[in-house]
Amino acid sequence: MASISEMSFWQRIIFLLQQYGSSYLKGAGTTLVIALVSTFIGCLIGFAVGIVQTIPLDPKRDSKVKRLLIQLSKILLKAYVELFRGTPMIVQAVFIYYGAAQVFDIHLGMWQSAFLVVSINTGAYMAESVRGGIISVDPGQMEGAKAIGMTHFQAMVNVILPQAFRNIIPQIGNNFIINIKDTSVLSIISIVDLFFVHKSVAGAYYTYFESATIVMAIYLTMTLIASKLLNLWERYLDGNDNYELVDKMDIGNQMHSAGRSAVR
Amino acid sequence: MSEKERILEITHLVKSFGSHEVLKDIHFSVDQGDVISIIGASGSGKSTLLRCINLLETPTSGSILYHGKDITDAKMNIYAYREKVGMVFQNFNLFHNLTVLDNCMVGPIKVKKKKKEEARELAMTFLHKVDMEQFINAKPRQLSGGQQQRVAIARALAMEPEILLFDEPTSALDPQMVGEVLNVMTTLAEEGMTMLIVTHEMAFARDVSSHVVFMADGVIEEEGSSEEVFGNPQKEKTKDFLSRFRNL
Repeated sequence: MASISEMSFWQRIIFLLQQYGSSYLKGAGTTLVIALVSTFIGCLIGFAVGIVQTIPLDPKRDSKVKRLLIQLSKILLKAYVELFRGTPMIVQAVFIYYGAAQVFDIHLGMWQSAFLVVSINTGAYMAESVRGGIISVDPGQMEGAKAIGMTHFQAMVNVILPQAFRNIIPQIGNNFIINIKDTSVLSIISIVDLFFVHKSVAGAYYTYFESATIVMAIYLTMTLIASKLLNLWERYLDGNDNYELVDKMDIGNQMHSAGRSAVR
Repeated sequence: MSEKERILEITHLVKSFGSHEVLKDIHFSVDQGDVISIIGASGSGKSTLLRCINLLETPTSGSILYHGKDITDAKMNIYAYREKVGMVFQNFNLFHNLTVLDNCMVGPIKVKKKKKEEARELAMTFLHKVDMEQFINAKPRQLSGGQQQRVAIARALAMEPEILLFDEPTSALDPQMVGEVLNVMTTLAEEGMTMLIVTHEMAFARDVSSHVVFMADGVIEEEGSSEEVFGNPQKEKTKDFLSRFRNL
């Protein structure tokens, strides 16, 4: 076999794939797992924060204690959002992984740190997306819900959040794709993700360009598939444009069967 | 005439947005079975009055007595009150995420804690009444304005309210759809539903109402029976306003 310095560009790529193909795949798997889990947890955090941020306060009917508690949580959550949106994730990773051990004597494993950092980072971004999604729902929807006697909470669960959720799916997709790429900064805390594999492989044979080409192709494949799947999900949620008319003659018989109800 | 129960009694009602006083010292009452039309130019405070009545706007001062209890009192359970006071909006405000049937079932199930079967029967009864039972599987965005408004009326009725408030229910509709919706409202009035209607449909107000309230600049300028207000208006502002409607 020719030495690596005598190979052409494509030969080197094939060589790297033969030698390290499984390492690349494992790295990609790690990247995908961190991105998926963290985006999911981040969305949960985002929803929780966004919901709290949009609780209206009624100075007349809410007790002083309740108003104070809600106001306080809003301020704390706002601080959380600003802190994690306003600092680089790579610094947050170092801060939590090394800082927690040094200063607070909390020894987080690198996996725990990785999931934690990406989740709370996503949560900070999603919080604002969710808040935006909620306030972008037509105010008439909330009035309609209030007019039939719903509380703020009932209106949120049954009317507002389902509509807000549909509106922010593009944002969830955005964050997922960003997370697939940005987990690369976690190599700083020795997470063996796709980028970490690249650095090791490239360093071993000085094949920076070839390895980067492979890694870029893998990242792009992952994000393209993610983006396609998200589109399909959106279309699924939008449902069919058609609906069945119910035959008037059948109404009597169908009182108990017709019309699948989503209200449980 | 037999003694009718008083449902709402509004006294000294004032609503200001900042320094702008939209409602100035409003007094009026609603008895069971009344069909009251509130007419007047845009900006005269009609809609604000209606929105104050079910507390979508918080009155600045004054009281709204519901069966003798002041609902502007902070201790009143406004959710239980709103169950009893249905509202139909100019822009329908049907829940976009739910089908026609679910729009009419969600209130009875979630707010009144009715069983699903019972709620479905209620919903179907009222959807039949507004002639929309064929469309139970449709989403609001798939319906015309008139159809949406009829569903919105069914949704309000499914809560079995004591009184229904209509906030310009036909203003966003074309003439044919206006007819559809007014027919439904006329039927309700004939069946003895207590209704409070803000409207620009003067012929409807004249023919259907038991009582007419004319508002101008945040005050009730004139009120009386339909014959009195339309047939023989006393105030200049009322005459001037009604003179703009030639077909009366």
